[in-house]
Amino acid sequence: MAQPGTESNPLRAAIIGSGPAAFYAAEHLFKQVGLNVAIDMFDRLPTPYGLVRGGVAPDHQKIKTVTKAYAQIAGNPHFRFYGNVEFGRHLKLADLREHYHQILYATGAQTDRRMGIPGEDLRGSHPATEFVAWYNGHPDYRDLQFDLSQERAAVVGVGNVAIDVARILCRTPEELKATDIADYALEALSQSKIKEVYLLGRRGPAQAAFTNPEIKEVGEMQGADVFTLPGEVDLDDLSQAAVASSADRSLVKKVEILQGYAARKPSGKSCKLVIRFLVSPVELIGDEQGGVAKMRLVRNVLVASETGSLNAKATDQSEELPVGLVFRSVGYRGVPLPEVPFNDRWGVILNEKGRVMDPDTKQPRVGEYTSGWIKRGPSGVIGTNKPDSVETVNCMLEDLAKGAVLQPVQPEAECVADLVRARQPQYLTFADWLKLDALELERGKAVGRPRLKFTRAEEMLAALGK
Amino acid sequence: MKIENILATKGSNVVTARAKQSLKQAIDLLVEFNIGALVVTDEAGKPVGIISERDLIRAVARGEDVHTRLVSDVMTKKVIVASPQDDLESVMQTMTVKRFRHLPVMDKGKLIGIVSIGDIVKAQLSQYRGEIETLETQIIGE
Repeated sequence: MAQPGTESNPLRAAIIGSGPAAFYAAEHLFKQVGLNVAIDMFDRLPTPYGLVRGGVAPDHQKIKTVTKAYAQIAGNPHFRFYGNVEFGRHLKLADLREHYHQILYATGAQTDRRMGIPGEDLRGSHPATEFVAWYNGHPDYRDLQFDLSQERAAVVGVGNVAIDVARILCRTPEELKATDIADYALEALSQSKIKEVYLLGRRGPAQAAFTNPEIKEVGEMQGADVFTLPGEVDLDDLSQAAVASSADRSLVKKVEILQGYAARKPSGKSCKLVIRFLVSPVELIGDEQGGVAKMRLVRNVLVASETGSLNAKATDQSEELPVGLVFRSVGYRGVPLPEVPFNDRWGVILNEKGRVMDPDTKQPRVGEYTSGWIKRGPSGVIGTNKPDSVETVNCMLEDLAKGAVLQPVQPEAECVADLVRARQPQYLTFADWLKLDALELERGKAVGRPRLKFTRAEEMLAALGK
Repeated sequence: MKIENILATKGSNVVTARAKQSLKQAIDLLVEFNIGALVVTDEAGKPVGIISERDLIRAVARGEDVHTRLVSDVMTKKVIVASPQDDLESVMQTMTVKRFRHLPVMDKGKLIGIVSIGDIVKAQLSQYRGEIETLETQIIGE
């Protein structure tokens, strides 16, 4: 048979996951001149787009417009989407090896890192990702309950996810209505009694991971005042030197905005957001019913490491912060996939430049690749996945040129279609998604919202008449 | 971004040398693995120095015999090491100012990887490309 990638024997690639990294990989494969490639993309959820649908905050509709570019990629006649089909459950690695020359895992970082402190599992203490997935209508998380009758909440972490969670907690029902937040979340948050939200960073304002647009945005909320504490946003000597020598002008601006919030006066809004720095939670303390009642915080100072990186060092000063609800957002980890080597230290698939590595032989596993957060860990913005996926696809092309690909016994596209039908009759195609997408937009329009999401697989199947 | 984000796609194999090996052996290792520096470790695996292609070129230029001179004769003994949580930005700054190009990474007393200035430049470049890509799609998407 002809070399894979030719007209008579197209390169057959399976992509597991359908978020940004998955689509950028597909895009780069399709872009290769003279390469005949057919791509099947699988997602365990019925709907595509990964964190763009399930992670990006609902009040950031503009960021979600990136899906238009993904839909264009999906429009390629050699692209198929299989939603509601789970790797390891409906399709095993051995199945994929029988049907594809190359397999790419792009399943993201699906779980939170733990804080590792006493009381972390008290009622009312949650991973931020669960709250995010809940308000975004993720089918696996839609039935979670969050006690929004509490008046005070803390979000641990100062990355963009932490600030998303804090902002959603502070938004007025009117503001939320203008978003595509899940309908049950809109209802629950409209009844919310939360009056004070604390964002807690263990280092100073100059080291906070959130970006300037996000920081500015919280200063412009309708129903909440934002504050920082003067003693915490004044830079220590080390940070001052770091900011002064940094080539990044946005860092100076970031510090300025945060310092500006320290000078703000209460304007009488019903909710307040307090961004704290140089504090680390060391314990969550419960009430008699086993719910979170308060948090013990230790104050930190910054010390320089050998490489000049400024790290938090605990002092002997501590304080107690009464809060009834805690969301931790201190980092993310990937979840291992069945039969795929995992690097437990970093929470990613064991890989080099996107080639999946065999832990015993230290050699690449033929035909297996990875990209996105499950490859490099959670870093960067949506677009960062493009250079990341390009790097992986370039490895795929290099290996293809060397003939180092899998030898599928049934490379015909129809064979996969038959297999999926047999294993998971309730799969969704990209055409199905386009119908759902139109329906969601229509339902939204009817109630004056940008989109009203389907949040259960059964609902989606019913809407499609399946 | 942090050092750990680079190590995640680099693998944790660090090519090491011993202080008592000859310079020729060190050069052979650099060539075999196509790298620019070796971490020199003791019996316990603890880094005691670092030897780079620069150190070796200087030794050769001085006319030293690569077969008899030892790694310990020319290695840099004061090694700066990073931790996985170190910020890339600060690390890059320090490497530029102090003019070194390879940085061993230690975690809980163990050598777990090495990053080069090339790795860091690549990571920074990807970050900027990613930001540009995101902004572009937003502008075009409107």
